[in-house]
Formats: sequence, C-alpha cells, structure tokens
Amino acid sequence: MSKDVWVFIEHAQGTPKKISLEMLGCARRLATALAGSVVAFVPGSKVDQVAAAVGQRGADVVYTAEHALLETYTTDGYAAVLADAVRAESPAVVLAGSTAQGRDLAPRVAARLGAGIVTDCATLDWREAALVATRPMYTRKVIGTVRVTGVPCIAVVLPAMYPVAEADPSRRWEVRRRPVQIDGKAIRTSVREVKTVHRETIPLIEADVIISGGRGMKGPEHFVILDDLARALRAAVGSSRPPVDSGWVPHDYEIGQTGKTVSPQVYIACGISGAPQHLAGMSGSKLIVAINKDPNAPIFQIADLGVVGDLFEIIPKLTEAVNKVKAGSHG
Amino acid sequence: MNIIVCIKQVPDTEAPIRIKADGSGIDDTGLTLVMNYYDEHATEAGLRLREQFGGTVTLVSVGAERVKEALRTGLAMGADDALLVSDPALAGADHLGIARVLAAVIRTLPHDVVICGKLSTDDNAATVGAALAEYLGLPQATAIAHLEMDGAGAGAVVHREVEGGVEVLAVPFPAVLTVERSLNEPRYPSLPGIMKARRKEIKTVTAEHLGLAADVGMAAARATLVRLSPPPARKAGRIVEGDADQAVAAIISFLKDEAKVLS
Amino acid sequence: MDFQLADEHRMVQATVREFARQEILPRAAALDHTPVFPSEIIQKAAALGLMGMVIPEAYGGAGMDPVSYVVAQEELARASAGLQTIITVNNSLVCDPIFHFGTEDQKRRYLPRLSSGASLGCYCLTEPAYGSDAMSLRTDARREADQWILRGTKAFVTNAVEADICIVYARTGPQPGARGISAFIVEKGFPGISVGKVEKKLGIKCSSTAEIVLDGCRVPASNLLGEPGTGGKIALTTLDGGRLGIAAQAVGIARAALEEAAAYAAGRRQFGRTIGEFQAIQWMLADMATRIDAARLLMLRAAYLRQQGTRYTREASMAKLFASETAMWVTHKAVQIFGGYGYIQDYPVERYFRDAKITEIYEGTSEIQRVVIARHLLEGHA
Repeated sequence: MSKDVWVFIEHAQGTPKKISLEMLGCARRLATALAGSVVAFVPGSKVDQVAAAVGQRGADVVYTAEHALLETYTTDGYAAVLADAVRAESPAVVLAGSTAQGRDLAPRVAARLGAGIVTDCATLDWREAALVATRPMYTRKVIGTVRVTGVPCIAVVLPAMYPVAEADPSRRWEVRRRPVQIDGKAIRTSVREVKTVHRETIPLIEADVIISGGRGMKGPEHFVILDDLARALRAAVGSSRPPVDSGWVPHDYEIGQTGKTVSPQVYIACGISGAPQHLAGMSGSKLIVAINKDPNAPIFQIADLGVVGDLFEIIPKLTEAVNKVKAGSHG
Repeated sequence: MNIIVCIKQVPDTEAPIRIKADGSGIDDTGLTLVMNYYDEHATEAGLRLREQFGGTVTLVSVGAERVKEALRTGLAMGADDALLVSDPALAGADHLGIARVLAAVIRTLPHDVVICGKLSTDDNAATVGAALAEYLGLPQATAIAHLEMDGAGAGAVVHREVEGGVEVLAVPFPAVLTVERSLNEPRYPSLPGIMKARRKEIKTVTAEHLGLAADVGMAAARATLVRLSPPPARKAGRIVEGDADQAVAAIISFLKDEAKVLS
Repeated sequence: MDFQLADEHRMVQATVREFARQEILPRAAALDHTPVFPSEIIQKAAALGLMGMVIPEAYGGAGMDPVSYVVAQEELARASAGLQTIITVNNSLVCDPIFHFGTEDQKRRYLPRLSSGASLGCYCLTEPAYGSDAMSLRTDARREADQWILRGTKAFVTNAVEADICIVYARTGPQPGARGISAFIVEKGFPGISVGKVEKKLGIKCSSTAEIVLDGCRVPASNLLGEPGTGGKIALTTLDGGRLGIAAQAVGIARAALEEAAAYAAGRRQFGRTIGEFQAIQWMLADMATRIDAARLLMLRAAYLRQQGTRYTREASMAKLFASETAMWVTHKAVQIFGGYGYIQDYPVERYFRDAKITEIYEGTSEIQRVVIARHLLEGHA
C-alpha cells in the first residue's frame, strides 16, 4: 500500500485537459500531507506527449497504458485498466476530474474496487488518515463535509477549484509503461462517433469569465451583443432558463438548477433577475457583476458589482471600452 | 421488455433548506419530499420503452416508509409495480451500499434494462447508477440525452453530452442507463392515474429478505457525511446607478482591479 | 376532525400545481394582454383529467372527489383565473347537471366528450333583462312533435364562443318563476343557435363571454334535461357546485396576490430597510393571509359536505361570498403594497385585481349569496 496520490488524466490530441492539470495541483497538496508522490495515470493513445505535459506540470511518476482499444474512451476498457493498475499499485487516493468521462468511470471503478468515493469535490484534504472533502449539496444551498476511508479513496473533483501549475520543463518525472491486455469482447459498448459541436466561444465549465443573458435580453437576436463582449473578454456565453425555454438559445447554454453549475472567476449576469433556480447554478462564482434595469431584481443581493441600467446601451459600450483597453495595453 | 426504474425521494428543490443546529443533517420538519426530478425523466423513458415493446415498468427505491409517496408518483405516471427496500439496518449506507442493495433487489427481478436519473438533487453524487451497473455486471451508458432502440429491443444507440460535443454510443441490452433531463419531457400523472396509484400495493422488502449481510449500513460505509454547513456568505457588493458611460467605467475598473481579468 | 388534506388530495394538489407552474404560469400574462382561447393548454388539462374531474371514470371522467376538485381549481386559478374559469364552468355548470339529472343515454353521449376535451360546455341561464332575477327568465321552449323550439337570448355566457354543448334554461310551462322552467342540452350544431355579441371584459380575458341567441332553435326531445318544470331546481342545484369552483377561484387569485406582495415586500427597500419591516405592511400581509386561510377553510368545508352527500347550499354560498370579497380586498391591498409598480402591467398584481372582481358577481352576486344565507338562517326560525 503506497502513500501516492493518483490523477486520472483525460486528454485529447496529445494535450491533457485543463481539469486534469488542475487535479495535479490538488494531488500535490494531498501527496505532501501523505508524504507520497503525485502519480499521473494516462491511458489511451499518444500517451508520451501527454506524459511529458503532465510531468512538466507536477507529476512525479506517469503510468501510461497504451492500447489501440483505448484510443477512444469506453467504460469497460478504461475501468479495466484503471482498476487493474490501482489494484496492483495500491495508491492512497485516486482523483478524477468531474467531466462526462470522469463521472462515468469513477463510480464504476470504485464499485469494482470496493473503494470509498466522493464526487463534486470543491476542496480536498488529507486529515487523520482519511480524505476529507467539501462539496456543494441541496442545489448549492448547503456545503457538505465528507470523510472517505479505506484504500484507495476516490474523489471526483469540480473544475476551476485548483490552479494549474506553470509548465516547468526542468522538473524530473519517471514514465512507467504498464502492459495492457484487453479482450476486445470485454468492451461491450462501442462509440459510433463523437460529433464536435463548434462554438465560437469557450465551454462554460472551463471559462474564467462567463457572460450570461436572461429574460431581459428580450429575444434571440440580441444575444449577439453578448457574443461580441465574450470575444473581447475571452469569455463563454450562457443563459438562465427562460431564454432556453423560449427557444432563443440552445439547451447547453443553460446555467442553473436544471442546467449547468459553473464557478468562474467572473460571472456577468445581463437581464437576469436572479431567481433561486438560477443562483443554484452560478452562486459559486468568485465575483458577480449584474446588469439589470430593475433595481429590485434579487440578483443585486448577491452581486459584487450591481449596475442598474439598460443592458442594450451598456453592453455594446462595454465591449468597445474593453477592446480599447486591450488595444492600448498591446499598443 | 422488463424495465426497472430506480428512483429516489428527495426534498423539493424549491424548498428552503435548514441545517440542524449540530450540523449533522438537514431539518426535515415540514419539508416537501418529492421524486427526484431526474427520476421522473427515467420513469418517462421506461414508460416509452413499454409503449414501444410492451412489458412492464417496475419502480424500485430504498428508504423509509414515506418513500412510498414518491413511488406512487411513478405509479400515477403509469408504472406497473413498485417495490421499496426498507430496513433500519440500511441507515448510514453510502452510495456504493445503496447500489449493492439495489443490485440485490434487481437480481430477483427479470430485467432487460435498468434506468436511473443521472443524479439526485439532494446530494448530486451521480454515483449509484454506474456502481449499480458494476454490481449487476452490465454495460452502462450514463447521462444520456437521446435514446433510440433497435427494432428487436436488443440494444440502443444513445447520445451523451461530452465536453465540446456529443458521443454517439451503441449499448447492448441488458444495460444500465442513467438519464439527462434533456432526454424527454415527463408526462404529468393523470388524475385517474393518481387514484389507481392510491389503490396499488407497494411491496416492502428488508435487507434480510435480500440475503444481504448484516453490515450494509453505516458499518460498511466508506464515505460518510460528517457535517453540513451553510455556504460562505458573500460580502455585500455595491450598486452603481447612473448613465451608461458611468456604468461602463465602473465595470471596467472592476474587471481590471478586482477581478483581474482585464489588463 | 382532521384539518390535513388526505394523501390523494395532496397528490392532486402537487400535480396540478406543477402543471400550472410549467404550462400556465409562463403564459398567464400574455393570455391577459392578448387574449386568445388557450386551446393547447385546455387540451393538456383535459389529458390530465381536469375537464371532468368529479365525473365517474365510467363516463370518461377522472372520478375525483369534491375536495380534490376545489384543491385543483385553486391551483389553476393561482396561475390564471381566466383559464380556470373555462375549466370550472365545464366541470361544475355543464358536466355536473348532465351527470346528476341526465338520462343514461345523455350521460353516455355527452360526458365523455366534455371530460376528454373533445367538447367544451357553456351554461346559459342569465338573460339581458334577467340576472339576479334569473327565475323570471323569458327564453321559451315550445313543443312541436318530437322537438322543442327555443326562442330567446342568453347573456354573459362563459365559453360561449368555443363551446359546442350548451345547457340552456327556457320557459316551458305557464307557471311563473322556477316551476315553469326546463333545462335543455343544446348542441351548437342544432339549427337556430348562434353566438351573439362577444363582450370585452375587465378581467378573466382569455375566457370568452358572449350572448347565445336562440332563434327557433330546434332541440330533439331526447335533449330535455330532467323532467319538464325542474329547470329551476336544476339551475339552483348546479349553482351550489359552481359556487365551490368560484370560491376556489377567488382563493387562488387571492393567494397569487399575497405571494407576490410578500415576495415584493421582502425585497423592496425604502428608507434604508425592506418595506416588509414596516408594521403597516406587515399588518396588511397578516390580514391578507388570515382572510385567505379563512376563505380556504370555508371552501374546503363546503366541498367536504358535498362529498358527504349532505346539503351544502348555505356553506357553498358562504364560501363563495367570503372568498370573493376576500379576493377583492386582498388584491386591492396587494396593488397598494407594490405601490407604483402595482399599477404597471409588467407586474401581475393589477391583473389579479381585475380578475378578482368577477368573483363577486357571477354565479350569484354577493347580494344574492347573502339572501341565500339569510334565508337558511331564518328558515329555522319560521
């Protein structure tokens, strides 16, 4: 049984996903408390490139598990290699990012190994021989503290909770290739295709800045002013529920109880009243700016900066001002 | 087709939540308890499969006697049967424990597909579905947003939302599916359905019935909820009123100096 | 004595509340500003079983009890009083009399259609010259072979435009007052019936209100409802049930106004604090809540008595009287609490204020309700 903290690395086209790099930072804190190492687990293909990237960002050891059958994620394929590796090396903690893949894989592996698991973790600590996590519960109305014991402890961590370390090519790390034996018949599901959805702006869960439109946007044609501001601020665009219900924006824009939960550095709410269902999805934002013409809108109660005014006047002027600032600083 | 739907009873998400003084749990006095709304989508998915292939939809849940009300909602939507595993020995079980219990029940029933909500809105754990698939030894497809069966009912092609796109996945049956809200629009329980559901008998099963060892509850749990606390209070912000130019100036300096996202 | 709703009443309440929240609430304001008949919502309501709630399942109804009925109507009215008017009239004033007084053949011909949403019903009693004095109505019906020929004009008929099944009260006998009146089930397709002037109203705008003109309307003899000369009794018995629906409507409107006013008072800040911290507002809210609870309890009591099979005329009148006057008072206070915003159409309270007024008028004005109640009181002392 080791004191190591493993990080399951998700990657695409030879690049680790941002959330996996955030996990490395989290793993370092835990490994220090445990007096163990940070170990990255990289299954799939083009693993060497990924191994170097995670080595530069904090992994002490990188296990690679390379196999043609792992090129595409499948539950059976990845659960088998991860569970086998964890059984063999017996780390104290295994971390995965809260992504579609992480949420699909981690509970399956936990059940296979009989390991304690906690998901949606905001913070993680190692205390008194246990993994202690805090996590939002009851639509973000409550913070729960969960204690996980046994070997290993599995944690699925929320995005944007930990910083990504700077890449340091001078770091030392060891790459160990794990032999992989998979019986193709044991992989029962098959991926027909992965359709990429092209969007001009960044995915909501990865964005540092989110600009969100509500009922006050008054129609689909006005969301373009939010797109313009998003481009200027390198932000993602989302919405509350009413624009989705009215068909103004696609369903994946929705932030709130029935949509996504986000915790960006800055959340700019435009024409959003601030109903509890929406707050449940964004109240974890570090800083909130609200623009609304109704001075009584509940959103002003949680906004760090509240602006009472006409968003149709303010947003375009704001975009212009942002672009001026950027031009000035790059001039 | 033998369709099993696992449901959970949770507090109404619209209700305010009060934490007990000692932080050990939530204060459930006067709390409205409802079927987890992801499970409404799961039940709807089950009902539609029955419409397509015939067969039965059986609802299963774990918990106290009052969970029967949530099961009755599913019966009122049109499910055929409901079963509750209720046993004080299960108190304190963690998600894997619950999944083990569900697996034990489901093994006693014919099942071609087991459908769960992607997560439950009380703890957002999103753990039981995949763990249940592991214990049943079945393939899984989690957080599905679209479901198309093949003509014979031997398998399905599902869509899963992944970061930046949609994964199109073929799943053979029997399988465990967990569903996203975008999968379907759940039907309302009809009033006659409510009356029928009232009269339906819901079978209760104990841990002993299922042959589960004595330590399925707190003793076997590897993850324990230690404490609940209120979220950190946000410090009061400031309001800017004035013309658009003043507003823009205030936002720019906020983005520069406080948020540090503009330089 | 149990003041709690039974399990199935709570399930009905939760289901209808959720239905109202998803399907009606988002459209309620638009249905008032640009009134159209909400046929899509009505069809969905029918699919739920809301159009023939207390009609037995054998006739296509939902087989629910009167308490479930008023609970459901309150939830519907909380979302949109106009839409709930359409539903309650169909249930109480059309399905009910056909079920209680119709022949087996009439029940089989009409109740399934009315319960499923395939047909909509309306109730034609009032005339331009006979409102409160309804039993003096002049529309007449003359027997000719196996038909009745109806002549007259009915006023203020809810659902008149969209309904295809009309309960029409006409004078068939020489006796003055109630004893000379008979009830008929008249289909819009029968020759000689048409919709007259369509009224523009203060509130409940998405429900149509118009005249029904009977100009030698030919009604088959098999469509006489009940015995000749029992029309008055049918009308008055039917109104007992109708008054339950209107009491529920008034409670729903009042509750909507209270909920909005309380939320507003908790957020609106003046003089450095929320207006909900000022005693003047607190007392208004307290009085609003108390009166609404009282109205609801009167409503439930009357529904309960109907469920028991006992005569509930007095209690239904009390419920309708008190609930309607409560709705007026509460909505009036709600507008006041909102201040200037209460006068603006962007906020819902002005609509509640306008919608509430009709509950003091139709299905028997407050004055008539008082007459009914007093009569019952004094009967015992005669």
